[in-house]
Amino acid sequence: MPEALVTLNQLSVALDGRPVVDRVNLRLDRGDIITIIGPNGAGKTTLIKAILGMQKITEGSVKLAQALTIGYVPQHLSLETTLPLTVRRFMSLSGCASAQCQAALEKTGVGHLMDSSIHHLSGGERQRLLLARALARRPDLLVLDEPAQGVDINGQAALYDLIRQLRDELNCGVIMISHDLHLVMAATDRVICLNQHVCCSGYPADISHDPAFIETFGQPVAESLAVYHHRHNHQHDLHGDVVSGKTLGDEHSRECDHAHH
Amino acid sequence: MPIIDAVLDDFFWRALIGGFGVALVAGPLGCFVVWRRMAYFGDTLAHSALLGIALSFLISVPLNVGVIITCVVLAIALVLFSRSRALATDTLLGILAHSALAIGLVTLSFMPDVRVDLTGLLFGDLLAMSRADLAWIYGGAAVILILLATLWRGLLMSTIHEELAKVEGIPVERLRLVLMLMFSLVIAVAMKIVGVLLITALLIIPAATARRLAHSPEHMTLMAMVFGFIAVGGGLSLSWHLDTPAGPSVVVTAFSVFLLVYGSARRAPS
Repeated sequence: MPEALVTLNQLSVALDGRPVVDRVNLRLDRGDIITIIGPNGAGKTTLIKAILGMQKITEGSVKLAQALTIGYVPQHLSLETTLPLTVRRFMSLSGCASAQCQAALEKTGVGHLMDSSIHHLSGGERQRLLLARALARRPDLLVLDEPAQGVDINGQAALYDLIRQLRDELNCGVIMISHDLHLVMAATDRVICLNQHVCCSGYPADISHDPAFIETFGQPVAESLAVYHHRHNHQHDLHGDVVSGKTLGDEHSRECDHAHH
Repeated sequence: MPIIDAVLDDFFWRALIGGFGVALVAGPLGCFVVWRRMAYFGDTLAHSALLGIALSFLISVPLNVGVIITCVVLAIALVLFSRSRALATDTLLGILAHSALAIGLVTLSFMPDVRVDLTGLLFGDLLAMSRADLAWIYGGAAVILILLATLWRGLLMSTIHEELAKVEGIPVERLRLVLMLMFSLVIAVAMKIVGVLLITALLIIPAATARRLAHSPEHMTLMAMVFGFIAVGGGLSLSWHLDTPAGPSVVVTAFSVFLLVYGSARRAPS
């Protein structure tokens, strides 16, 4: 078995004695996309920070593969407007060659913004810029904290598509946090539902009727997921291109049947 | 060399040369103060310089050394305190800034044998610049400029986004410490020219003026140096001709240039 990129063993983090992340086990290999979902305060960001070495661990361990290059896309890029900065300069600060930076920007669809001021970018453009910056370093592991924040619904689907595509090209592992349950279900390999501890994990098709998932997010949400996919299947012509992926649609229609019978 | 001696024998030239040395490092460091929103932090360190002076007299070490050590200790204390998050940072800074200043003044009053020109220390003194001070200023400036040049990418990156910098392997914490060390050094050497109460102004105003015209961080740094030169040159001339206090004159000049630039210049594209 090849070496795992990330192995969490009984990872626990307590802040002021209050457990925030509780005995989480996780293994991420090359090519995996794991999405962490969970209610507010579930410890999602803390978990990611522990993996990145920015959060002190109370118990357990985080093991990263040797010589791992990590690409990190933080929740937002809040920038001091007093610091004049162009996209080009921001990218070059990664230490990567300019051709590599340009290529990464092209890939995330913001190549034309090379000479713009970073302060004039929209929310979606900033997310794409951050992704490009992570990409330019050719990461083995891509860590994204709510990458679709501030991105409109069409852009979100495209962004998740792009993340999957990047996974294929770089053969890297991906860990991301997301709130966009509907899109996550369509775009990810494995979902971990976190509520301090891992309350359930598995493939998107299975997880939405896991009792623990329903308990965490409530029956309406779990049902809405099922209903959403159901409606999507049947009203495809009316809604057009809201969510991509035909095979996934099939999966979800099965899930629907389960939920309603 | 006779020409250099003639120049250095003239106290006005000594002050001017010293002032330019200070502006050389106040420019780039001032940019970091502005970028990292550390104005109040800089002010606190500067206020504690007076405590450093009092302590230097108490244990008879050179003033510069006393000031640097006091500033560094206070900077580290600030970082440790602010981590505990018991008080808001601005409250903490307010407490430490004024307490350090007050303790310094009280300590000085206990030493009647020590004659200090308090006004000079607080607001700068054109006449006080000695050859030894010049050596301190240019020595300190050389250290700071070398540090800035070698650590530039890391410093800039950790200023733009600390977490991103951390993930990319930049030693953010260590760089923060180096930055504070540089602040302490610049405060110790700038004290003579502008005085402890106005050092922050010499850091912030040229940098803020430069922001209006700059299109890259490096450009802003260089512009801040230039505006620093103008402030020092103009202010010391003012002080020389009109017999005004040196520090306030420098700050008034810097502020005038700031108003002029913000009033007339078009905003830089980025």
